[in-house]
Amino acid sequence: MKQLELVIVGGGSAGMAAALSAFEQGIKDLIILEKDDELGGILQQCVHNGFGLQTFHEELSGPAYAQRYIDQIRTKEIPFETQATVIQITPDKKITYVSPKNGYQEIQAKAIILAGGCYERSAGGIQLPGTRPKGIYTAGTAQRYLNIDNVMVGRKVFILGSGDIGLIMARRMTLEGAEVVGVAELMPYSNGLMRNIVQCLEDFDIPLYLSHTVVRVEGFPNLERVIIAEVDAFRQPIDGTEKVFEADTLLLSVGLLPENSLAKQLGLAVDTKSKGIIVNEKLESDIPGIFACGNGLHVHDLVDFVSSEGNLAGRNAAAYIHGMKESAAFIKCTAGQGIGYMLPQCIHPDRIQEPLTFSLRVTKPYKQVKLRILKDGQVFKELPKRYLLPAEMVRIILKPEDLQDVRQELKVEVCES
Amino acid sequence: MKDVVIIGGGIIGCSIAYELSHYEGSVVLVEKNSDIADEVSMANSAIVHAGYDPEDGTLKAKLNVRGAQLMKQWCAELEEEYQTCGAFVAACGEGEELLLHRLYERALRRNVKVQLLDKEAAIKLEPNLSDQVTMVMNVPDTAVITPWNFALSALETAVVNGCQVYLNSPVTAIQKLSKGYAVQAGKQRIEARYVINAAGLYSDQIDQMATGIKHFTIQARKGEYFVLAKDARNFISRVIYPVPGPKGKGVLAVPTVHGNILIGPNRNDTDREDHATDAEGLAMVRSQITHTMKNVPMQETIRTFSGLRPAGNHGDFYIREEVESAGFINVGCIDSPGIASAPAIGEYVRQLIEKKHPLKRKTHYKKCKPLVRMADLSMTDKQSMIKQDPRYGHIVCRCEKISEGEIIAAIQRPIPAKTIKAIKKRIRPGMGRCQGGFCEPLVTDILSKTMNVDMCDICYDQPETKMFVGHTKEEQL
Repeated sequence: MKQLELVIVGGGSAGMAAALSAFEQGIKDLIILEKDDELGGILQQCVHNGFGLQTFHEELSGPAYAQRYIDQIRTKEIPFETQATVIQITPDKKITYVSPKNGYQEIQAKAIILAGGCYERSAGGIQLPGTRPKGIYTAGTAQRYLNIDNVMVGRKVFILGSGDIGLIMARRMTLEGAEVVGVAELMPYSNGLMRNIVQCLEDFDIPLYLSHTVVRVEGFPNLERVIIAEVDAFRQPIDGTEKVFEADTLLLSVGLLPENSLAKQLGLAVDTKSKGIIVNEKLESDIPGIFACGNGLHVHDLVDFVSSEGNLAGRNAAAYIHGMKESAAFIKCTAGQGIGYMLPQCIHPDRIQEPLTFSLRVTKPYKQVKLRILKDGQVFKELPKRYLLPAEMVRIILKPEDLQDVRQELKVEVCES
Repeated sequence: MKDVVIIGGGIIGCSIAYELSHYEGSVVLVEKNSDIADEVSMANSAIVHAGYDPEDGTLKAKLNVRGAQLMKQWCAELEEEYQTCGAFVAACGEGEELLLHRLYERALRRNVKVQLLDKEAAIKLEPNLSDQVTMVMNVPDTAVITPWNFALSALETAVVNGCQVYLNSPVTAIQKLSKGYAVQAGKQRIEARYVINAAGLYSDQIDQMATGIKHFTIQARKGEYFVLAKDARNFISRVIYPVPGPKGKGVLAVPTVHGNILIGPNRNDTDREDHATDAEGLAMVRSQITHTMKNVPMQETIRTFSGLRPAGNHGDFYIREEVESAGFINVGCIDSPGIASAPAIGEYVRQLIEKKHPLKRKTHYKKCKPLVRMADLSMTDKQSMIKQDPRYGHIVCRCEKISEGEIIAAIQRPIPAKTIKAIKKRIRPGMGRCQGGFCEPLVTDILSKTMNVDMCDICYDQPETKMFVGHTKEEQL
């Protein structure tokens, strides 16, 4: 069996950043396993711009952003294998993968970084009622068809969900000559970034129906109509509010979920809120030496943050391989009132030597509130926020000295008064 | 002139074709859809019921018991999945226990292996039985199969042994000749001594077309289901039935061959073109399952679907050669337990023909090599497959771990998979948690390259379901 110091599962933005930072920390005995034909992950189909403002201080397209990392990986000759799908990982860090080139292979690793990205919630997953016609796609799948395969899935499009990919696709389909007849969002607020609402819907006069959902799709074998209705405070459709849209295509942008099937198979604990695994301040799972980062851990809004999380996972994996300081004392980090999820879910204060980033999302939009940080029930800090949106991930950076005196619990909550 | 034309490529038509293909004679099967097993056989509970349920004296009772025995044998011959998962019929309270005792006695009379268990013993085996359950009947021989793959294997084996198949060929006219019939199926005019009507939901229309009489009528009976992800597989290890009532078998929990869980069906009469699920129906399934089960992991739902059962007005299967239309055999009203009975129906139809025409069994019967399923191979066999053809090492469907090689092999079968849905049915890309989000574009590309057709001409299912309306602006330049 092949022995390696580090195996990185996934060669998208998280995995590439992780590989580069581990390599810089002296880990040369590593490999990236990428299931697709090339490195770059989902960035390769994101031909729109807006990537890299944080990392490179310029606006790049998805493929251009990915290429910067791919170039570095090639220059540094960091080993990777494409069309390589990981089948299984065992708790003692044996990885089984398969590729056309090498067939089934086993690797014994010292450390593993899970960077498998996320997947889109499907029509089946949301139990979309009606016929099951051709013409219903997740927005990302339609994006792949359009931008990689250069084919159009339809001419008259309705979009359910106002996630960013759906919004981007509303613009993209319009530019390709399709008519986007409307976007329905179940919640009373949009789930996409504000800039996408403006640039992708408002600029093209595409109506956004908030507090609406699709109650039925009609037509068989092809989609012909999408029927939406307004929903009440319990998100239940209100009779008599139905609107009918003729459409040959329904795109779904109803949520992204971390791809954690390998982690589940490994028996790693999953956070029911973030839907990714539970990690500590080192982005390490409850099995020492197995790390996670990127959208496979929790879904990000910006690729820049994915890269920086990957970078951190890479450094931490390198430190683990070099012999990380053991620590028994850990405290839990709790998502309090108004917080949907928070990462990391636990920390070892004595191991923290540099500022630590907490990532969190609120459960609903807030205006003029404070984010309150509590240490063992005592208020430590209150951060005033003009607004907070579920669509926009919040990052709080705390210094090591801020964390040394916590004994049991660090909690963040939204304070409305 | 052919000997036999079978109308309908569902599990019944395919089983008849398979049975007849063991005998000398020419057999043609015509199917209106672009793929076989595309309607009733594609959307059902996938259970080989053991045979205790149908009323005494019915054809259903006879063919169910015989079919359940034959099904195991046929699946072995065809190398198709057959999982003897067993079943519980769960009674809640005294009234249902009384009915359960009646079922129990009926099962014993039919030599169906059964056993009554008290609540305590049952809970040990199925910890998610609801608190209302007071007694169960254990039916160890109940099995699950993949009905459409069974139908496919049966028909492909028939094809290898001389059976002809025409897809996309709806029957529009049947004319009585001095000897036999002429059947217009799509562009084909087929003359045959025997016509077998296995047209499922449309079998009453075919009957009338051929005989001018409605010997039976079909009522489409819809059932809605939830499909749960494989993460939910530990929920049950066997089929859980409620005690059947006047409205059928009720809402079941079924562990499928592939490790998913089905929850359903409900039962609503509808028209035969009704393919829709609705929120109310699904809510009813969700509520009814809690009668027999608790901790139902509905959050693991990856798909909902509805299936139609072709229920007859006589309550029983209707299988006979019509006296006034010699050579025309109706095989109608095949609702539950149609899957379990399918092989026995094949045998029964063959016997009907044999009564008038002695049939000669073929001395050489060819086996059709089953589809390659990498997941079922040993590691050594997997490695050698990949060495021979590296495409077997290229995983296209990450959820179900399906390789490019398996997809290409499915396109190159005796009955080729030419559409996205046909591929999905045979080898499952798109049946996992992402529901094809990642693999469908790759499958489309493989279909396009393997069949050497433009991507825009690939269909999802029927010929009118082309995947794309055209190329992008850039591509057109």
